[in-house]
Amino acid sequence: MMMEPLILPPVPGLRSIDVYEAHGGYGMLRKALAMKPEEVTDEVKKSGLRGRGGACFPTGLKWTFMPKQTDKQKYLCINGDESEPGTFKDRQIFEFNPHLLIEGALIAAYAMGVGTVYLYIRGEYNRWIAMVQKALDEAYGRGYCGESILGSGFSTSITIHRGAGAYICGEESSLMNSIEGERGYPRVKPPFPAQFGLWGCPTTINNVETIANVPVILRLGWEAYSRIGHPKHPGPILVGVSGHVNKPGVFELPTGVLLTEIIEKYAGGVTGNKKIKAVIPGGSSTMILRGEAIEGVTMDAEGLKAAGSSVGTAGMIVMDEDTDLVRVLTRIAGFYHHESCGQCTPCREGTGWMHKILKRFETGAATMADLNLLLEVANNIEGNTICALGDAAAWPVQSMIKRFPEEFAKRVMPTAPQGGGAAGASARGATESASAVGATSGTTLSPAHS
Amino acid sequence: MLSEQHIAKIEELKKRYPRPQPVILAALWMWQEEHGWISKEGIVEVARLLGLPEYHVYGVVSFYTMFNTRPVGRHKIEVCTNVSCMLRNSDRILDHIRTTLNVGTGETTPDGRFTLVEAECLGSCGTAPMMQVGDEYYENLDEAKVDAILSSLK
Ligand SMILES: Cc1cc2nc3c(=O)[nH]c(=O)nc-3n(C[C@H](O)[C@H](O)[C@H](O)COP(=O)(O)O)c2cc1C
Ligand code: SF4
Ligand code: FES
Repeated sequence: MMMEPLILPPVPGLRSIDVYEAHGGYGMLRKALAMKPEEVTDEVKKSGLRGRGGACFPTGLKWTFMPKQTDKQKYLCINGDESEPGTFKDRQIFEFNPHLLIEGALIAAYAMGVGTVYLYIRGEYNRWIAMVQKALDEAYGRGYCGESILGSGFSTSITIHRGAGAYICGEESSLMNSIEGERGYPRVKPPFPAQFGLWGCPTTINNVETIANVPVILRLGWEAYSRIGHPKHPGPILVGVSGHVNKPGVFELPTGVLLTEIIEKYAGGVTGNKKIKAVIPGGSSTMILRGEAIEGVTMDAEGLKAAGSSVGTAGMIVMDEDTDLVRVLTRIAGFYHHESCGQCTPCREGTGWMHKILKRFETGAATMADLNLLLEVANNIEGNTICALGDAAAWPVQSMIKRFPEEFAKRVMPTAPQGGGAAGASARGATESASAVGATSGTTLSPAHS
Repeated sequence: MLSEQHIAKIEELKKRYPRPQPVILAALWMWQEEHGWISKEGIVEVARLLGLPEYHVYGVVSFYTMFNTRPVGRHKIEVCTNVSCMLRNSDRILDHIRTTLNVGTGETTPDGRFTLVEAECLGSCGTAPMMQVGDEYYENLDEAKVDAILSSLK
């Protein structure tokens, strides 16, 4: 399907600028500087590139939101907070191809008329920050960065901004507050960053992998790029696979690749040849899928939407038939509770409630009424918060209840009063519509193959 | 006090932003590197260097998990227990460290050598289970590997 890897080519020593240049590196910056800025944006727009940070937003379109005429400074923030559980891909770019990221940042800055770029990297990645800083120093040394780049008259600076441990700082408005030296609370939108971002100035936020795709688009041309993978979500994508597989890792693949192919062919199949019980396709925020439901599903926005989930960060977590999914969900709920910034009541209280109720299931102290309550709490969070962390906390819970009701039924107290018998035995009926279960009528359960 | 090199670095960094406040995280990092944790003295010093009120610096320190607000051991061990690591038995790793060092999570050994904590996903899910000690990532752990690592950390 795919030719050669474009984001992470297996070139030894590519982290050094000499090797990068020997392989044509910074040639696309030269090419861009010879184009008009809006031609560069247009190229990215036509390529079909969509953001790799989680929301799959069209990158070129996002760039056009930046005002052309303004007396204000313009900013680009590159998001390398990478803290979504199951995600470890941007780190590969920092380690194996930091110059591609820097070149992409410079091209993006030129296209949007940005004079200052901040590269936000999570605090734990200090070793990787050192690698990127070294690459950045090299780029400055060769005149690719700073004042009048390559004599073009265009100037931009790139500064690494180290985070200090907070998942929420990956949310774009929180990230801007964190850069400004505030606590990392998300901001209410609108206004959107392109109008009112860093210090009230026009700002674009893009993911690290998104920006690394930009030189590739210029090299191949938008047309060839748009033919890689799925037409509506094209390009190479860094797919991380973790959990119960023989060869976990990050694989650069064309979008549109089958999830089953990713697991079998690239990640070496399931450990111990077991069956797959469940797959979280794109980081802990994305809706969980039943093992048998991944058949025919592809890794792209369209394919995963049709399957009832989303691409997220393309960090797949594979779980075998023996996995205790209640325990998995309890851990995920604990994460969101820990990371909620506490600004909105539904998120602050709801994530705590969900974690508490799930712990009751984990220890066998829950009743079927708890399942209704759990879903009610999740439904109450979704759509009622300032930022998407609330939704991200609700989705795993909603999808787990909907798709794995039997996992909960197994865990309720055997003495729990249930219409017509013990909880396990009375598991019947359908829970296909997650919202329907939100009603307080007695929940009845059966495996829903969705 | 912060070292002269660090103060010079803070002055350099200030030029990268339209105002001094954004340098707060970097300055706090420098303080923690020198002193191991962010004391009241550290907050006062960072506030002074950046011309910020102390309560603001305090608010920032308390927002982020990586700033130690109390003294910690020479080596802070952070074991990731999030899903991908959990699926590959991070609980066994955590238990093993607890018994070997005879400490609970959040505690420091009496000799001040180690502090043990549980961490959220550290971006090492493909090489799980894993732990971070200082800046170093230790990946694909098993009990024997952990033993070797612990004895190498003096
Ligand atoms: C709670 C939360 C955490 C996020 N964490 C990250 C992150 O670590 N990295 C990232 O690129 N985007 C993250 N995002 C998405 C960003 O808000 C933003 O959409 C993204 O950086 C835009 O880049 P893109 O258009 O290139 O995808 C997060 C969103 C939320 C709600
Ligand atoms: S949804 Fe949660 S994390 Fe986001 S702003 Fe509200 S409380 Fe904070
Ligand atoms: S879940 Fe442990 S490093 Fe990601």
